[in-house]
Amino acid sequence: MLEIKCPYCGKRSQNEFSYGGDATIKRPQLGEEISTEDWDNFVYYRDNPRGKHSELWHHVSGCRQWFKVSRDTATHEIFDTCKMNEDFNV
Amino acid sequence: MSNSFRTTNSTGLINKDKKINFTFNGTIYHGYEGDTLASALIANGVHLVGRSFKYHRPRGFLGVGVEEPNAMVQLHDGNKSEPNIIATEVELVEGLKAKSQNCWPSVQFDIGEINNVLNRFFPAGFYYKTFMWPKSFWMKIYEPFIRKAAGMGKAPLLPDPDRYEHNYEHCDVLVVGSGPSGLASALAAAKNGARVILAEDKPNFGGSLLTDEVTIGNMSGKEWASDTISQLKSMPNVILKKRSQVFGYYDHNMTVMIERVSDHIENPSKYTPRQRLHYIRAGEVIVSTGSIERPISFGNNDRPGIVLASAAKEYMKVYETLVGKKPIIFTNNDTAYSTALEFIKNDIEPIIVDTRDSSNGELVKEVQQKGISIKFNSGIADTKGHLKINSAIIGKLDSSKESFISEETVECDCICMSGGWTPTVHLSSQAGNKLKFNDDIDAFVPDKKRQKETAIGAANGSFTLNQSLAEGFQVGFDLSNKFTDQNNPTNSPNSNEPSYEKHEKLWCMPLPSGKKPKRFIDFQNDVAVSDVELAIREGFRSIEHVKRYTTLGMAGDQGKTSNLNGLQYVSKIEKKIVPEVGHTTFRPPYTPVTIGAIVGREVGNHYLPTRKSPIHTWHEENNAVFVAAGLWQRPRYYPRGSEDMNTAVNREAANVRKNVGICDVTTLGKIDIKGPDAPEFLNRVYTNAWLKLPVGKARYGVMLREDGMVFDDGTTSRLSENHFHMTTTTAQAANVLSHLEYYLQVVWPDLDVNVLSTTEQWSGIAVAGPKSRDLLSKLFPDVDMSNEGLPFMGLVDSSIDGIKARIYRISFSGELAYEVNVESNYGLYIWKKIMEEGQSFDIQPYGTEALSTLRIEMGHVAGAELDGRTIPFDVGLNSMVSQKKDFIGKRSLSKDAFTESDRQTIVGLVPLDKKTKIPEGSHIIEDNSAVAPIPKLGHVSSSCWSVEYNNPFSIAIIKDGKNKIGKNLYAVSPLKDISIPVEVVSSHYVDPEGSRVRS
Repeated sequence: MLEIKCPYCGKRSQNEFSYGGDATIKRPQLGEEISTEDWDNFVYYRDNPRGKHSELWHHVSGCRQWFKVSRDTATHEIFDTCKMNEDFNV
Repeated sequence: MSNSFRTTNSTGLINKDKKINFTFNGTIYHGYEGDTLASALIANGVHLVGRSFKYHRPRGFLGVGVEEPNAMVQLHDGNKSEPNIIATEVELVEGLKAKSQNCWPSVQFDIGEINNVLNRFFPAGFYYKTFMWPKSFWMKIYEPFIRKAAGMGKAPLLPDPDRYEHNYEHCDVLVVGSGPSGLASALAAAKNGARVILAEDKPNFGGSLLTDEVTIGNMSGKEWASDTISQLKSMPNVILKKRSQVFGYYDHNMTVMIERVSDHIENPSKYTPRQRLHYIRAGEVIVSTGSIERPISFGNNDRPGIVLASAAKEYMKVYETLVGKKPIIFTNNDTAYSTALEFIKNDIEPIIVDTRDSSNGELVKEVQQKGISIKFNSGIADTKGHLKINSAIIGKLDSSKESFISEETVECDCICMSGGWTPTVHLSSQAGNKLKFNDDIDAFVPDKKRQKETAIGAANGSFTLNQSLAEGFQVGFDLSNKFTDQNNPTNSPNSNEPSYEKHEKLWCMPLPSGKKPKRFIDFQNDVAVSDVELAIREGFRSIEHVKRYTTLGMAGDQGKTSNLNGLQYVSKIEKKIVPEVGHTTFRPPYTPVTIGAIVGREVGNHYLPTRKSPIHTWHEENNAVFVAAGLWQRPRYYPRGSEDMNTAVNREAANVRKNVGICDVTTLGKIDIKGPDAPEFLNRVYTNAWLKLPVGKARYGVMLREDGMVFDDGTTSRLSENHFHMTTTTAQAANVLSHLEYYLQVVWPDLDVNVLSTTEQWSGIAVAGPKSRDLLSKLFPDVDMSNEGLPFMGLVDSSIDGIKARIYRISFSGELAYEVNVESNYGLYIWKKIMEEGQSFDIQPYGTEALSTLRIEMGHVAGAELDGRTIPFDVGLNSMVSQKKDFIGKRSLSKDAFTESDRQTIVGLVPLDKKTKIPEGSHIIEDNSAVAPIPKLGHVSSSCWSVEYNNPFSIAIIKDGKNKIGKNLYAVSPLKDISIPVEVVSSHYVDPEGSRVRS
């Protein structure tokens, strides 16, 4: 079980959180003309890197904030966590 | 036989003043307090404890602790029965019952032993090769047969009556194992102020110090251990745990430890758990798990009476028990000589067989000084004795040590073997440590760590006491310094132990001349040298493949005594060095763990939390039958007298259509939405328009996922300019909240909106039916309940007996209906009040079944239709989709697949005979006489008995549904083996114009 540092609450056990996928995905603007291919890339396609991955987690059994986690998908090492409006330090 | 194998000394850890009676295979024996089942059986001369996994060979004890691969027994009877328990780990307790497993009719005479005679037909990979064809034989003949013949004990079929608990711990330093290095590191870390947990699997702390003749400072090893434990006990920053096995090392330094709390207590109190599972998140983990002695492979090396030399010594020193009275010590190293000396102390002269040419070790000299001759350059070729060893064939090795020059038969009643020592690296390996091979000790040791884990002492390959203590004190201090600023090191005391000469790299004896007895490597999985040879001959090269083909090192044992001997043999055949062969993965758990401990208290009613509405007690008092809706308990129906479900549901539903019904809808999700951008946010979340919703009005809304599928629906009301009250379905309440938070926090943080769940703050009561207006007018005389005063989708605040109430005119049943919301604590009071006033209107409560009937008849969609595979157009929600604005998931709706004209869409179905209820999940097909595969047009999502028309009615989602209306098709349920001719009708079966809700 991972230990994740919520930027609002501090270190907590993984079972307080839910995973929210790739944090680098940007939703297309509302009303934007967009090709089916670009839309499909947004909805369905995700990179599946081995190594460093920037991802979203939700402190669902805690402060209910979404935040960013930089995690190694192979070793589970967590390099950094930050609020949505912040950038990782490492 | 009564403890005839006890020694006369009393230097061990058993209490000969306290007898304990126990039963093994129906015979009553006694042992003493402090015994294990294993030591007590051996003291009574019982070595035959079970039959081996594959060949059903007679097996006895090999070890003395967790390393024991053979002596697995079935404990207790009935609901307490437990299979595959290692007898060396069971503390003796009065009345203990144990029996052998994997044998029939008895362990002495086992029919399955025919497998041993036929062993040449059961080589490695036997199952894969033999049972491949004919294919149809697998499930019916081979598989049941193999299951019966192979395998081990029997799992009980009754529920486990015992109590198991979970505990979460945090500490700075967790020390696993209380041998010299573990004690040293715990002491150093604790003295330096760190919070320390010291875990020991056995009932006594001390590890090898309990059996080794050493001195530390001015004390014996055993005294030093006991002194150190007393020091640790007195420190408030230390938790000492014995009978506690750390069996798993997971991510982020999370370890899991199982504590045997009460198995050793004769009459534990009712609420004492049997076992406790500790989740320990440690800042640093010190792995001081010691080492395990390696067996040697030689002909028939698995007979009862053949044990590890260290085990024989521990039985003598700790349990005052002799494994035999005519022992042979067989070794490739010096450590086994301490076992020889222990026998000599008990006036027994062992025969010593040493593969080496010579040794000048201190212990060897001591043995020689006692006048014992040693057969150097010799090995055991084979053994005899069916149920217990009675003699060994000792051979003189040639110079290459590849064959025997001469052989002699020697009587014996036990063989104590030693192939050197293997560091217990399981936890380090589980933690992700890349092990390295240490040539000096011919074993893997931890190397590059991935987590905060440090192996010390024998687990790190440091086999001398001096090294172990030095590492312990140093590492304990260094690691604790990360957590404290006391900087208070503890010096390592001087220690004294015998010197040892090097072991010989020889773990497999040549075959005796003219014979091919099995030479076992893995006792638990019945893997012999010949199986490894065969696997390699057949082309299995990777050690992982050899493992799977032969089953070497698998299962509960995890190769504790067999892994390295297997690797060594593969490397010998392949002519590769061991590090090139590599090693297999060590997996948790290190020792078997009961399912009960893993489950803990999450059994029965504690399996899941239960959510109850504030009106729950009334439902109970009024005979409600409950149904689980997620975590909620909801009334399903309220039978009267001897009514069955159908009768009750039809009565309840018909009463709503005719008079008035009342339904507890507290479970619906409720979300409070506030902020200047709230209308804009709802406009993006829902498919329909929200900007112009007037204050005091509710609106039905549908929300999608980005992939266009309907996610949830519900009504949302505007309470004031910037304040909305959203309702969700019961099932999706939590997911909708997360969804809203995601869009507000991640996607559109510029929107000034706050959302908060208020599901538990409001109690909701639906009042539905033609008489609902009259009833509510009576309850709320101040409110104008007329169609003009409170129109459909209107809402008004009022009060009843001083309790604030909000009345929404919304309807799920399709009838004229209201929903009264009050603060939760008043839910029960208001419900009773409505029931009381409702008597004169023939009010009846209705449950979720009638609720479904009413909505199905009306063609209102719910979870069965909104199953994550339907877009709004599929389920008749076309009018809900705004063409003017963008919203979550809108772009997906214009994708090719979603705009095809013949998509599966919602319809109604009525059976032609107007009698047969159509099972939910039935397939819809066009031609009942067609030959498979028959094209499937769709499926039945919801079914009910229409109380309006008094015949069955179903909602289905079928291909090109709109154009099928009026056609006759078939609903087939292969599960129930029925085929029902049906007519396709509109899904809006009752009141398609929706006039009732607006009446």
